[in-house]
Amino acid sequence: MSNVVVRRAKRAAAGSARLWEASPLTYIMLIFTIALSIFPLYWMFVVATRTNDVVGAVPPPFIAGQHLGENVTRVFETEQAHFARALVNSAVASAVVALSTVFFCSLAGFAFAKLRFSGRNALLLFVIATMMVPVQMGIIPLYMVMVKLHWTGTLQAVIVPFLVTGFGVFMMRQYAAQAIPDELIEAARVDGASTFRIFWNVVAPALRPAAAVLALFTFMQTWNEFIWPRAVLNPNNPTVQYSLALLNNAYSNDYTLMFAGTVVAIVPLFIVFVIFGRQIIGGIMEGALKA
Amino acid sequence: MGLDLRSAPTRAGGTGARHASPARGRARLARLDIKFSPYLYISPFYVLFLLFGLFPLGYTFWISLHHWEIIGDHEFIGFTNYTRLLTDDQFWNSVENTFAMFIIATVPQLLLALWLANALNRKLRFPTVFRMGVLLPLVTSVAAVAIVFTQIFGRDYGMANWFLHFFGVNNIEWQANKWSSWLAISTMVDWRWTGYNALIFLAGMQAIPRDLYEAAAIDGASRTQQFWRITVPMLRPTIIFVSIISTIGGLQLFTEPLLFNSGHMEGGTLRQSQTVAMYMFENAFNRFQYGYGSAVAWMLFLIIFVFSIINFLIIRRLAGGIK
Repeated sequence: MSNVVVRRAKRAAAGSARLWEASPLTYIMLIFTIALSIFPLYWMFVVATRTNDVVGAVPPPFIAGQHLGENVTRVFETEQAHFARALVNSAVASAVVALSTVFFCSLAGFAFAKLRFSGRNALLLFVIATMMVPVQMGIIPLYMVMVKLHWTGTLQAVIVPFLVTGFGVFMMRQYAAQAIPDELIEAARVDGASTFRIFWNVVAPALRPAAAVLALFTFMQTWNEFIWPRAVLNPNNPTVQYSLALLNNAYSNDYTLMFAGTVVAIVPLFIVFVIFGRQIIGGIMEGALKA
Repeated sequence: MGLDLRSAPTRAGGTGARHASPARGRARLARLDIKFSPYLYISPFYVLFLLFGLFPLGYTFWISLHHWEIIGDHEFIGFTNYTRLLTDDQFWNSVENTFAMFIIATVPQLLLALWLANALNRKLRFPTVFRMGVLLPLVTSVAAVAIVFTQIFGRDYGMANWFLHFFGVNNIEWQANKWSSWLAISTMVDWRWTGYNALIFLAGMQAIPRDLYEAAAIDGASRTQQFWRITVPMLRPTIIFVSIISTIGGLQLFTEPLLFNSGHMEGGTLRQSQTVAMYMFENAFNRFQYGYGSAVAWMLFLIIFVFSIINFLIIRRLAGGIK
């Protein structure tokens, strides 16, 4: 009798393990998908390492050549693109926006999660609502604001409007709400610590994992921003994405030049991704769970 | 400082009166701190959003009610810009393109992402490697991707045509026709976003209790049946979230079609792939008709709003109906 029960339980356990096993077909399809993901990037790299005579080649080249350095040099020497300056601009803008976003969003997230004040829920609802607004559609007057401020063509035009985001505030609030016990804050209060001291010494260290993810996201987002820099900056002081478009417009037949440019533009993101890929994936998946 | 606050009263005695006033001052400061710090901490977001988000959006509406160009008077003309838009073929053309690409891109993208998430949800070796693999396209920059794909879809030497010629298809000039340019641009969008959406679906799938599947398996439900009867209905909130995000993003499509047409805001000689966002940009920054461009922006805003809601309703019904 008990024998039957054990056997049945064993069978159920084996069944449930088998239920989640990936079949070889799943592996094959997944590997195929990933190959599709990588292929355009691989091909970009291949063309960037060749000379322009590969352009008409049939079949197209699939193996890297030896002219990457030469092509990259040509990118930096292309006057219309201002590529070196664009790299510096993008690095500065992305770093400043990322740091500031993390600071202000942590501060606001902490306030929403752990401090009591009247109107808190309504104000938080407002933050969430702003995430649904396509702010891009306001670029015409935003541009006029920049004209009034004499900021067109300057780097602060692509920095200041993005120093803190609704998405970031919400994300940090969600994390702070579950990561920081109320007792910790009350204990610090009893010790007479000011609110900012509590934030700086108690809350900020606990928020570090979420802050890192937010910083990475923001950095990548700013680095990839295109429409607004294209509208507000001058062609002689662009960001990387804008510079790529300039390169594309000026030499749309010089494939190796353009592809070398795209390779350089992607390298910083690629490095970030290789180092922090696990955290980025965790951040996306956690954010999805809470949304 | 913290210690002082508590010890001051206990020291009391003759000096009590002298100590009381700074202590009270400090207590008042602490009260102010507790009362106003929260507002101070959340204020940067509101200040910035009002200044660079809400004000521009509202001001866009105000401008759209004017005949407003780079020079000259700003004449108030009510809704004339909007009535003009309703009979503007170029505007409707851009609406058609935007919706066509939105549908061609989003429907297969979400189905593919669902399938991909289901595969990633299996017990895999090296799960992180697979997840990073599908997310890789997202961390590349839009402009770079657009440039590479534009070459892949080149008429004479493009890899897409080279591949298709094995199937007897003659060279396609992808930019030349509506359908071909829609397909090419949608491919770029899907390549970039499918993996990201798959990860969001995957997160939702992992929250579904596993005993549900075990019970279904014991009842003899196949994997396909489990997928449609358990996974999809349980995933409804995530599906709604992803669809709305895709709607907001998809209807604002801009960079991919712009670079696909070598930076020409018209989206091709016959405007084959000009989106609404591009048409707005063209009016405002190429023709300097800020008033008219702003009307386009508000129409787009309305369209996005309405479609997010329709989307929500459809998916709620669809995903709920499969039970």
